[in-house]
Amino acid sequence: MVEKSVAPALELRAVDKRFGSVHANRAISFAVAPGSIHGLIGENGAGKSTLMNIVYGFHRADSGEIWVNGLRVDITSPQAAIAAGIGMVHQHFMLVENFTVLENVVLGVEGGALLSGGLARARAELEKLARDYALDVPLDTVVSELPVGLQQRVEILKALYRGAQILILDEPTAVLTPQEADALFKMLRRLRDEGKSVVLVTHKLREIMVITDRVTVMRQGAIVGEVVTATTSPRELAEKMVGRAVLLRVEKSLAQPGVTLLAVRDLEVRDRLGVARLKGVSFDLHAGEIVGIAGVSGNGQSELLEALAGIRYPVRGSILLGGHDLVREHVGPRERRALGLAHVPEDRLRMGVVASFSAEDNAILGYHDRAECNRGALLDRTAIRQACEEKMAAHDVRPALPTLRISAFSGGNQQKLVLAREIDVDPRVLLIGQPTRGVDIGAIEFIHKKLVALRDAGKALLIVSVELDEILGLADRILVMNAGEIVGELLRADATEEKIGLMMAGVKGEGAV
Amino acid sequence: MSAPAKLPRWAELGLLPLINLAAALILSGVVVKILGESPWAAFKLLASGALGTQEGIGYTLYYATNFIFTGLGVAVAYHAGLFNIGCEGQAYIGGLGSGLVALWLGDSAPFLVVLPVAILAGATFGAAWALIPGWLQARRGSHIVITTIMFNFIAASLMTYLLVNILIKPGQQSPESREFGAQALLPAVHELCAKLGLTFSPSPLNLAFALALLAAALVWVLVWRTRWGYALRVTGQNPSAAVYAGITPSRIVIQAMLLSGALAGCLGLNELLGSQHRILMDFPGGAGFVGIAVALMGRNHPVGILISAILFGALAQGGSQLAFDMPKINRDMVVVIQGLVILFCGALENVFRAPLGALLARFSTAEKNAAV
Repeated sequence: MVEKSVAPALELRAVDKRFGSVHANRAISFAVAPGSIHGLIGENGAGKSTLMNIVYGFHRADSGEIWVNGLRVDITSPQAAIAAGIGMVHQHFMLVENFTVLENVVLGVEGGALLSGGLARARAELEKLARDYALDVPLDTVVSELPVGLQQRVEILKALYRGAQILILDEPTAVLTPQEADALFKMLRRLRDEGKSVVLVTHKLREIMVITDRVTVMRQGAIVGEVVTATTSPRELAEKMVGRAVLLRVEKSLAQPGVTLLAVRDLEVRDRLGVARLKGVSFDLHAGEIVGIAGVSGNGQSELLEALAGIRYPVRGSILLGGHDLVREHVGPRERRALGLAHVPEDRLRMGVVASFSAEDNAILGYHDRAECNRGALLDRTAIRQACEEKMAAHDVRPALPTLRISAFSGGNQQKLVLAREIDVDPRVLLIGQPTRGVDIGAIEFIHKKLVALRDAGKALLIVSVELDEILGLADRILVMNAGEIVGELLRADATEEKIGLMMAGVKGEGAV
Repeated sequence: MSAPAKLPRWAELGLLPLINLAAALILSGVVVKILGESPWAAFKLLASGALGTQEGIGYTLYYATNFIFTGLGVAVAYHAGLFNIGCEGQAYIGGLGSGLVALWLGDSAPFLVVLPVAILAGATFGAAWALIPGWLQARRGSHIVITTIMFNFIAASLMTYLLVNILIKPGQQSPESREFGAQALLPAVHELCAKLGLTFSPSPLNLAFALALLAAALVWVLVWRTRWGYALRVTGQNPSAAVYAGITPSRIVIQAMLLSGALAGCLGLNELLGSQHRILMDFPGGAGFVGIAVALMGRNHPVGILISAILFGALAQGGSQLAFDMPKINRDMVVVIQGLVILFCGALENVFRAPLGALLARFSTAEKNAAV
C-alpha cells in the first residue's frame, strides 16, 4: 500500500458470512476514515448487525479481511477487538445493574486481585475522560438508578476506558428520548473532533442525515451504495434501502370526527411504590379520528395505554366505553375486547406476542377462547390455521407460513400480524403503542396506510409514539403528555415540532386541558 | 450472544438425546472399569436384565409407570413456568388418598366402584398437597421451588406419623397398614394375560400402566389442544402477554399446580393398589425426583416423557439385576448411572449441541455443493 493518504481507521475487505442457507454478508468492503462518523444503514435483516458482530469478534467471517489503521488484524473474540482498539455499544446495554458506574467500567479490567488500586486508577482516568469528551456521569451511582441516556454514556465510557479508537454504536437511539439523542449526537461529534472514528448502525434516516459524514447502505446482505451524507437526501437513502420508491409520509384526507366512542375522565394511576404515574388525565376519542399522544417516553404514556387496555387498574377516575364505566365495573382485558376495544401493545416482544409460539398461535392471543377458535372443548386447529393464512394474505405478512415461529419473522412482519389480529375482530376503538417500533421502512408505509384506512372506516384510534414524525404524520389531533399529565392539545393543522417540543418539556400550551 | 445452535427437528428430538445418553453410558462404563468390572459385561447385564426377559420388561414398565405419572406432573407445572420439585410429596400424600379408599372400600364395594374412587382420591389428595405451594406462589410470591421442597419433608413426616400411630396394623412391628381387600387390587398384567389365554411371566406390572398411558394422552390433549392449555402455555412462556390477553396468571398457576399434584398423586395406584397392596413407608421411593429428570429429558412432552420414563424404568430394573449379579456393583452404582444420565441429558444437554450443529451444517453445505 502506498502511503498517499492516511490509512482508514477501519477497513473491511470482501467480508463474507453465511448462516446455514442464509447469506448474511456478501463480500462486504468499506472503509471508515479516521476522525469521522460513518453511518451504516439498512432495513432489519439487511446484515448490519452481523457485520458489526464480525468486526467485534462475536462471529467469525467465512472469508475476508479486517484492517485497522493500515494493519491487518485477526479478530477472533471481543477481547481481540478491544485490543485492536474497537469498542462497541450494544442496543441492549451490557451493564451490571446493581453495580456502580465505576465498578461497571472496570469490570473485566480490574488490574489485580484487590479492587481498591484498580478503582482509584480508574477513577482518575475516568475523570480525565469525562473532561476531555464532556462525558459527565456520576461515578458512584448504582447503574439501575440512572436514566437510559446516562446508562448509554456508561457504555461509551467503558469502551473508551478500554482504549477504543473506533466506536461502534448499534441502534443507539432506539431507547432514547429526542433530547437524550441530541445529547448523544453532541457527544459523538466531540469524539470525532478528538480523532476517534464512530460507526453508527441504524435504520433511522433522520439521524443519519443529522450526524454522519458518510453513509453506507446495505440491502439483503450486500452494500448497495455509499455516499457523502451532505450530497444525499432521506428519500434517496430510503429508496436504496428498500430497493424501490417509498412514501415517507402517508397521504390522508381531513378527519371527519363522529360520536365519542371512548371517554376518559380524571384518570389516576399509581405504580407499585405508590407514585402517581397518571395524574388526572381526561380526554375524548371520537369515531373517525386518530389521536396521537406525544411525549418524552416515560411520562405516563405506557401507563395510560395499559390502564385503557385493562392491564393496570387506576386508583381513581373513569373510562367510559359502550355505556360501561370500565374502572368502576372492574372490566378485564378479555371483556374489554368484547366491548370492541383492541390493543396493539408498545413492546411487542414483552407483551404482544409469545416468542416461542408459532405465528398461528400468536394470531389468536387474547381471542383464544372465542367461538371461532374452538370446536367443543378443543381448539379448532384447522380454523385457526385458515384464519392465520387469511390474515397473512390480507396484511402481506411474509413468509406466509402459519406454523413458523413468530421469532423467525422480521419485526415488521410480526407487527403486521399483531395488527392483523387486533383489527380483524372489527373493533370500534384501537389503542396502538409504538406502531412501527423495530419495523422497517417498507412495512412502516404499509402500517401507516392501514391505520388511516381504519380511521376512514369510522374507527377511533389512539396512537402513542415516541417518534414525533410519526405522530405528526398520522394524528388528526395531538395530546402532549408530561409528568403524567396532558399538558396540551393541538389540532394537526396547528401543530409544529417546536410547539410540541415545548409542551413535551412541560410548558403548558394553549388549549391545555 | 452465543444462542444455542438451531438443530433440525429430528436431530433435536432424536439424535441429541441419544448422543447425551451414550456419553452418560460411556462415562458410567469408565466408573465400572475403575471398580474392576468389565463395562461391556455390565452393560449387557443391564440391558438383558431390563429388556431381555418378559419378567424384566414387566419390571421395567412397572417402574416406568411411576415415572410417567410424576414426569407428567412436573411437565404440566413446567408449562406454566413453575418448577415443581414437590412431586415426591404429592405422590406420597396422593397415595395415602388412594390407599385409604382401598382400605375403606376394598372389602365391601365392587372393583369398578373402588377404582374410580381410588383414582379420584389419589388425584384429589395429590392436588391438595400441591395447592398450598401453588396458592402461596400465586398470591404471596413465595417461590415454588422452596415451598414444594419443604412440603416434601412435611409429607414424609406426616406419613411417618400416620403409619406409626394410626394406620399401622395392630400387633405388628413394621409401620404398614393392613392389606387391602381383594376388590381394591389392580390386576397384574400376567393375570390379565392368563385370563386371555396368554402367558406372561409374573411381574408387578399392572393395570396402572394403562392408566398412565391414558393420563399421558389426556395431558397432551389438554396442553396442546384446549384453550386452557393455550392459556397455560402463554402464562409459562410470557406472563406479560398472558395479562395482555386477559388470562389471569395467578389463577393459571394454581390450576397448573392442582393438575400437577393430581398427576403425581396417581402414583399410589401403581405402587400401592397395583403392587404392594398396603400403605407403607416411603413408597414413592424417589420417583418424584426421577420425574424431574424424566420431564426434562422428555422435553416436557408426553411422548418424550413416555420414552424417557421407560429408559429410567430400564435403568432401575437393569440396575437391580446388575447389583445382584456383579458383586462389586451395588445399588448405589445404579444411582450413579442415573445421575450421569440426568447430568448429560439435563444439565449438560447443550454440550454436544454446538458441535453437532456445526457438523450438520457442514454436512448440508457439502451436500449442496455436491449437488451443484
